[in-house]
Amino acid sequence: MKTYSDLEYLRLNKFQKFLYKVARFFVGIPRWFLNLFIAIGNFFAKAGIYIKDEVVDVFMTFKNGDWKTRLSYVIVGFGSIARGQLLRGFLFLIFEIIFILYTALYGWYWIAQMGTLGTKGPYKYYDPDWDTYVTKYYDDSFKILLYSILSIFFIVAFLYTWRLNIKQNAIAQDILDTPARKALNKECKAEVKNYLSSHPDYKKPDNEAVKDEIAKINEKYDALIAGLKPDNLKAYKKMVKENNASRASEIAELKKQNKVELKQQLLTIETKQERKKLIKDNKQSLGERIAEIEMKYGDKASEFSRDFNLNYNHEKRELEQERKFLIKCAKDGKEVSDIKNEYRKKVEACGKPLVSDKQDLESMLDNQFHKTLLALPVTGIVIFTVLPIFFMILVAFTNYCAANDGHFNNLFTWVGLENFNTLLNWNTGSKAYSAAFGEILGWTLIWAFFATFSNYFLGMFVAIMINKKGIKLKKVWRTILVLTIAIPQFISLLYVSKMFADNGFIKAWLVNYFGVSPKFSFIGDAAEPWVARLTVILINIWIGIPYLMLIATGILMNIPSDLYESAQIDGANVWQQYTKITLPYMLFVTGPYLLTSFIGNMNNFNVIYLLTGGAPKIGDVGGAAGNPGYTDLLVTWLFKITQSDGAYYNMASVIGILVFIIVSVISLIVFNIMPSTRNEEDYQ
Amino acid sequence: MEKEKKVVETNPAQEKTADQIIKENTALRDAEIKELKRKNEAELKQRLASTDSKEERKRIKEQNKVDLYNQISEIKNKYNDLLAHSLPSGANKDKRHMGMKSKRIIGNTTIYIILIIMTFIWLFPFVCILLQSFRVESTHMVGYIIPKQWGFDNYINLFTKKAFNDGGFGRWYFNTLIISIFVALIQTIIVLCMSYTLSRIRFKGRKFLMNFMLILGMFPGMLTMIILYRVLKDMGLTESHAIPGLILVYVASSGMGYYVSKGFFDTLPKSLDEAARVDGANRAQVFFKVILPLSKPIVIYTLLTAFMGPWGDYIFATYVAHHEETGMNVAVGLQNLISSEQSINANYTMFCAGGVLVAIPITILFMILQKYYVEGVTGGAVKG
Repeated sequence: MKTYSDLEYLRLNKFQKFLYKVARFFVGIPRWFLNLFIAIGNFFAKAGIYIKDEVVDVFMTFKNGDWKTRLSYVIVGFGSIARGQLLRGFLFLIFEIIFILYTALYGWYWIAQMGTLGTKGPYKYYDPDWDTYVTKYYDDSFKILLYSILSIFFIVAFLYTWRLNIKQNAIAQDILDTPARKALNKECKAEVKNYLSSHPDYKKPDNEAVKDEIAKINEKYDALIAGLKPDNLKAYKKMVKENNASRASEIAELKKQNKVELKQQLLTIETKQERKKLIKDNKQSLGERIAEIEMKYGDKASEFSRDFNLNYNHEKRELEQERKFLIKCAKDGKEVSDIKNEYRKKVEACGKPLVSDKQDLESMLDNQFHKTLLALPVTGIVIFTVLPIFFMILVAFTNYCAANDGHFNNLFTWVGLENFNTLLNWNTGSKAYSAAFGEILGWTLIWAFFATFSNYFLGMFVAIMINKKGIKLKKVWRTILVLTIAIPQFISLLYVSKMFADNGFIKAWLVNYFGVSPKFSFIGDAAEPWVARLTVILINIWIGIPYLMLIATGILMNIPSDLYESAQIDGANVWQQYTKITLPYMLFVTGPYLLTSFIGNMNNFNVIYLLTGGAPKIGDVGGAAGNPGYTDLLVTWLFKITQSDGAYYNMASVIGILVFIIVSVISLIVFNIMPSTRNEEDYQ
Repeated sequence: MEKEKKVVETNPAQEKTADQIIKENTALRDAEIKELKRKNEAELKQRLASTDSKEERKRIKEQNKVDLYNQISEIKNKYNDLLAHSLPSGANKDKRHMGMKSKRIIGNTTIYIILIIMTFIWLFPFVCILLQSFRVESTHMVGYIIPKQWGFDNYINLFTKKAFNDGGFGRWYFNTLIISIFVALIQTIIVLCMSYTLSRIRFKGRKFLMNFMLILGMFPGMLTMIILYRVLKDMGLTESHAIPGLILVYVASSGMGYYVSKGFFDTLPKSLDEAARVDGANRAQVFFKVILPLSKPIVIYTLLTAFMGPWGDYIFATYVAHHEETGMNVAVGLQNLISSEQSINANYTMFCAGGVLVAIPITILFMILQKYYVEGVTGGAVKG
């Protein structure tokens, strides 16, 4: 198909433009699929390369590692402990011990049974001591499945820490065991030996003297380190202060100047609109100039801080090392320590030291602060969302239902794709599910479409009405509408459902005053499907408009009013203003919201469940499929199935998986064609 | 007379040409802007490719944005001027002025009528609940709204029919209050941690985490309830001991609802953090001492929504406690009152009274904090 350039496209008339867009959409479909396959392929290729790299790295680390590193492959954290990073090392070690204990005592037991999900159910036997029947429990498929997933999660977590531990070892070795360092250390040792052998009368100093010496050294260095801080700190603080002060003064000066200039400029202009425009422009340019100044000073200040941190920490560390070394010297005696001293300087030139425990702890509040903050929320999500979702996905491939979830039978097992077959009826499945599935899926999509767009346009309409110039009591109207958000849905919706029920007063009025037949029903079991569906959509408008009104109000306020003014001057009527200015702006800004709201409506459990409970029933389906009704959505149906007598959790899981697939496909498509994909950094 | 006729005659032609002029003008303008953007992008890419340092690149991008904006507004101004010169002036402005006032009055009146009708529809169910809760003569559902006999019997019955420890309305109310308060506090902390981290700290795996949670959100939450129920049951946190279990489940996954507050944190300028870091603060201090004090609106929004969620939650609560009345929250308890034909007839007005008691505090709270709620909702929708 021919692609038009922008100018060519603009020359088309409206109808042609529309056709062109539709055609482009369909032409693009094969490319999406292609892209999708390529993306999937890329993903696996990348994953393969990643795994390969990891394995090679693990292997190479072992090959190049010293004995500490090698031992860490078995005793996790040993390397860190041996190199003085006690905190990390012991955490690693404790985790490994817990993991081994768990796996040996429980994990292995559960995982071993995962293939069969248990073979021996509960059984009753006669207990002569008590003269009664007693039930003895053995395997419980639910627990086996749940805990084996948990164990697998645990194993993955352990593998990750194990790998982390190896990486730590490699890093530590890189820092400590560079060839230059090693060579120097060797040389140093040789020289000391050499010196000792050539001076047989060399004597180590005695203990008392060493103690005195050490105390002296400590005193000296404590004073030095203490003296390091105030001086530097004062100077640094002064610098920052000066920097801030001059920034503030520069900004103030700029503002002052700007004010004077603006006043003068305003005096020369007569029309109100232009004045407004000038003020607006001025504000913007002023903002830019201020931002420039702030940036300038911010750079300077961050430079100070970098210097300060580097200098102070560096000097302190150096002093500490010196002190340590001098203490060593005091123990060794002057001659030997002189030799060592010489080599120390050479070794030091080779690179930075390892991260200490204290630094580790400090970084929890600084560089690693995100880990501290995320630990709790992510753990919660993993245990209470990820784990159950994995479980339920797996349940879709079992025959888990009420019949094997009781006191007398708690064993279920793998059945492959049988449940999918039952639901979609591609082979020889039962008709009950497949008929209901088609009906409900269709209604779910229709419902999501109408619920979303009716609320969207009507809500926008109401917002425009309330915000119109000259309308009074704006706050009051808004507050009245917002009541439906404030009052819990289980009250408002339950009450409304009773109003529209077969014995509710709305129907009573219709029968008494308008001559409607008494057989008529809004949302009862006797209702016509389309009447019930229409009623639900209408009541949903009652619930949904206020949200959209709030959102639209906020956005409409942001549309620059000069757009409307110039449109009015050009002779656009209200409808044209709406379709040319308001609607495009709204659609652009709320594009992502529309998608989330569509998906939210697909899963809108509350409205359907509290209003109709799914009624009227779909005739020929029956209890086996949870008595689905014409107003049931996939999620309410799923819930009903789990609540029915048969409690077919497996079928509910299948439906859940299908809902996921449908939702993700819709999201993918919409994200691909949506024009407004925003960049996060734009806002900051 | 003659003048008017002239106006009428010349108008259509003029409007048409004006229309066309505007159309051409905007088309040309848009094309030029597009062209400019394309050129700019290409240039920017080259410039970006030529530098290595990240900061330099950022600066170039920033600079480019400003330049581009200026250029575009120049083009717009040019075309606006052109338009102002080329449009035929005058004639049709006068005509519009004449009908303007009467038109506005008609328009506003229609709007008032629509709004009044809407007010009626919106308030009707709530007024009905209120009225029926005071009805004394019968407890059935009836075909009229205004009670024939007024009284507080239903309210008194709610609290006296069953003692606190047997799970009467008072117990449900107490349960709900406890759950809501705890959930509001804990959930706010979790959501703030999550959204602050994702918004203002760049770390390895951040994008992955966000995408992962997006995908998790596509699974219907209904599914996980079955297993959570079983787990809670094994832990003994269902039925009469349901309250800690409910709090745990409500709170545990709340980190996934970080979107709105992340949108808020995204709008706070980054220079705040940088300035604080310069003054020697570590990341934790930046969070607690700089950002949190500025986040009052979003903290209140999160507290409010977190409080309202469990206050009105029905589904999971009914899963966890459906036999033992001592463990129910108000939603489950009240729904139980009218769950079958028989119980509707016995308890309908009591349900209404309960509904009123549940709705009043939350509505007052909502109205007081409405400002924050609106800010949060609009912000969330705009920033996705």
